Amino acid sequence: MLRITGGTVYDPANGVDGVVKDIVLDGGKVVADGVGGRTIDATGMIVMPGGVDVHTHVAGAALNFARAMIPEEHRRALPFLRSKTLRAGVGGTTPTTYATGYLYAGMGWTTVNEAAVPVISAKHTHEELHDTPIVDKATCVLMGNNEVVLDLLEQGEFERAKQVVAWYLWAAKGYGIKCVNPGGVAAWKWGKDAKQLSDVVEGYKKITAGKIVSSMARIVDELKIPHPMHLHCNNLGAPGNVSTTIETMKSLESHRAHMAHLQYHAYGGNDWESIRSEAPAIAEYFNAHKNLTTDAGAVLFGNTITLSADGPWQYLLYQLTGKKWGNIDVENETGCGVVPYVYREKNIVNAVQWATGLELLLLIDDPWRVSLTTDHPNGASFWRYPEILQLLMDATFRKEEFAKLPEKAKARTCLAELTREYTLREIAIITSAGPARTLGLPQKGHLGIGADADVAIYHLNKDIAKMFSHPRYVIKGGEIVVEDGDIRMTVEGRGFITKPSYDPAIEEYLKPLFQQQYSMSFENYPVEMHRIPHPEITEV
Amino acid sequence: MPQTVTKFATCAGCACVCDDLELHANDARIFEAKNACEMGRCWFLERPISKVEATINGKPASLSDAIDRAAMILYEADSPLVFGLGETTAEAQREAVALAERLDATLDTETSLTHGTMELAAQLGGKVTGTLGEIRNRADLIIYWGANPARTHPRHLERYSVHSTGKFRTRADRTMVVVDVRESETAKEADIFLRIRPETDFEALTALRCLVRGQRIVCERLNETGLSLDQLRDLAERLKRARYGVIFVGQGLLQTRGLHMNASAATSLGIALNATGRFLVMPLRTPGNIGGADAMLDYATGYPFGVNFSRGYPRYNPGEFTAADLLARQEVDAALIVGVNAVKRLPDSARTQLDRIPTIVIDREIRNATVSIATAPAGISASGTVYRNDKIPLGFRPPLTSTRPTDEDVLRRIREAVERKPETYPTASARMTILE
Repeated sequence: MLRITGGTVYDPANGVDGVVKDIVLDGGKVVADGVGGRTIDATGMIVMPGGVDVHTHVAGAALNFARAMIPEEHRRALPFLRSKTLRAGVGGTTPTTYATGYLYAGMGWTTVNEAAVPVISAKHTHEELHDTPIVDKATCVLMGNNEVVLDLLEQGEFERAKQVVAWYLWAAKGYGIKCVNPGGVAAWKWGKDAKQLSDVVEGYKKITAGKIVSSMARIVDELKIPHPMHLHCNNLGAPGNVSTTIETMKSLESHRAHMAHLQYHAYGGNDWESIRSEAPAIAEYFNAHKNLTTDAGAVLFGNTITLSADGPWQYLLYQLTGKKWGNIDVENETGCGVVPYVYREKNIVNAVQWATGLELLLLIDDPWRVSLTTDHPNGASFWRYPEILQLLMDATFRKEEFAKLPEKAKARTCLAELTREYTLREIAIITSAGPARTLGLPQKGHLGIGADADVAIYHLNKDIAKMFSHPRYVIKGGEIVVEDGDIRMTVEGRGFITKPSYDPAIEEYLKPLFQQQYSMSFENYPVEMHRIPHPEITEV
Repeated sequence: MPQTVTKFATCAGCACVCDDLELHANDARIFEAKNACEMGRCWFLERPISKVEATINGKPASLSDAIDRAAMILYEADSPLVFGLGETTAEAQREAVALAERLDATLDTETSLTHGTMELAAQLGGKVTGTLGEIRNRADLIIYWGANPARTHPRHLERYSVHSTGKFRTRADRTMVVVDVRESETAKEADIFLRIRPETDFEALTALRCLVRGQRIVCERLNETGLSLDQLRDLAERLKRARYGVIFVGQGLLQTRGLHMNASAATSLGIALNATGRFLVMPLRTPGNIGGADAMLDYATGYPFGVNFSRGYPRYNPGEFTAADLLARQEVDAALIVGVNAVKRLPDSARTQLDRIPTIVIDREIRNATVSIATAPAGISASGTVYRNDKIPLGFRPPLTSTRPTDEDVLRRIREAVERKPETYPTASARMTILE
């Protein structure tokens, strides 16, 4: 048992907003009361539910492909020295698996969602997650360019497509369904893209990107997957893509969708010269449509590596930057592109991107529907989240940072006019309560009785970035894992899995297709259950 | 004896890792491997298993004594090396990383002696790759360069490339080109065979890239390659016309004069060809699970091979922390070898040093070493995960059981034995200062 006394608690899911109260933890859960055990005196500290990352890339073939390409980044990254408690590793733009767990926990985050898993290499993703300590893990399975599904939609076989999606999700031991540039990655295998929703996907006669989006949203809803369709829209990163994004949101009608890294989809202008933020237009539509959630995909200046299943976009980025380019085509399912990138304050495009992410966070009026992310490692590494929290909570600091932007860029954003400052309650929402609700994890993101005993405790500090970078305590599953900035012990995280119901006959349909289209046996394809330590299965 | 049939078994006889084998076995051995190629049959069927479980200084010893001795040797060493890992499971590789880290050792795999040059090329300029099903479904131009898969990856053509029937392509839709220094078995199946002079791959690949990009080339230099301008022009045109092409590069490119610059030339050509169609460049890796070792090292340390833990965190420097170089410079005072095939790839200068220092060998057979431990062979009687040539992981389906420990067990027990000894931990002062 563990009692946290005297802390100022921010637990927005339970309507607790800066109230001094005790939190009691026992058996890995929040409980009403108890006796014995250790007491933490949190007087003068703030107590929040552990952070939840709704969209990050921390494990899998694509990320690992990126890691292998950038020894120069690892060399100047924060080294993790092995100790009695810690495994060795490196931090930096793409931390190694053990370091990933330490870095997340080290700033108070206790749950992460790996947002892009190809099913055929899902065993690898789970292998990395196995070696990512402390945090609990969910995964989203890539389905928006799955050719077995696309072929069925082309033939108008919606019901069968739904069964196939359900089968794949369980085969991957995944949690949610992700669509990346629907149709665009399949088209990339023919050297093309699908930028507009009306584009017929290369290699097909009828099916359009828009049809894939609406069908997949319907499939996810009809399968009752706890997390909405996780959508990386078409036309990412391009000037003027605001129209595609709004059109996509419209096409969803009343279906649920999580609009991933919205910052990258909120640009106006006709080209790189004229790019501007269209965050107000996006936010206006988004605010009025409660079926949608999103995450910021905010950008911070500095070195990083971009990686995405969006192969055609990454190829364009390679052409723009002339840096090294990595590409993996994944049979029947998806792709991946990798390009190192530097966001520069003095670059107009980058300055607009920086402002757009913040604008979205400030203009979306319901904090429950927008989560804090950087689309790690794309916009910046996740361990830089505290810098964004400071920008959100301190308008004066934001103004100072804004002043450093090039004049041209300043005119392309309304950030200077936004005076909103996030409260601690709102911070607890966008970092924990909101993403937990978006993911459909009722045991996460709050401190009510029965919630998972994941707690972050911070020393109140005027320096907001410092405060959130160095929690006084972090508790995971009732164990104190961080004390005074040091990892004191590590625990193994759990794996969240969704088991949708599907007609077993679908396997007989898939077997001959596997024989024809896949290079591995159907029987060896699904991820075996033993690969996920501490699984937590939601049957729907 | 009762007989068992194991369907969809996974074979690690080469890096193809075919998973459609049907194994017939009794309690003692596998006697039939349907669908297997010659290499696969050897891998499954010809497996003498030594009666002794472990030796110390060549004398039979108990497993626990061998583990204690191994732990003592590694614990007492100032600069131990953990090497090999190509023939074992991902689970054992995970344990090997943990042990190397614990020992503040250098960790290197046979990648540094094989396709590691491809990894270096990726660090220089990137890489364009894919899973083998994409080749099967889409490739209309397939080039084998410095590779002889008919010998080294016997089912590669049939299952994954030229002869396979994919979603959009059959043999008739594909052009097969072989570039090699001799007319190999593979070359005999090619539509076009280009005989190149030894050690001129870099020049030929660079000339092709120039032709593809419409740049000027110096014809006299071209003569060194043994290929005519017409031959190269013809190939360049085919490269540009390909809708989905691939160059499979073998050890004949990756480990000959030029090394990583050869790999880089192939990669650069492949990258350039994505301006006209889609194009991939993929290495043909050496047998076993070396792709798994790369993946494991990448995610646990950030680096694919040549990793040194002496300062308590992973550092990487090919040439400095690679086994062949460390051994040749006599900078290693004990070595743990997992799978002996890696040793066969070492140059003499390195192998000589291995004879001078205490060695621990974990292999399916008893070997000549200070401590030798015989383990259950992966895929035969040990389960686990193996990564295919394209880094797609698969589970083994071992038809036999064994009283022998697995590589994973032995590595874990050695680490546990080391951990029982007094320990000091690296301090922050161990960090290298990086001068920007």
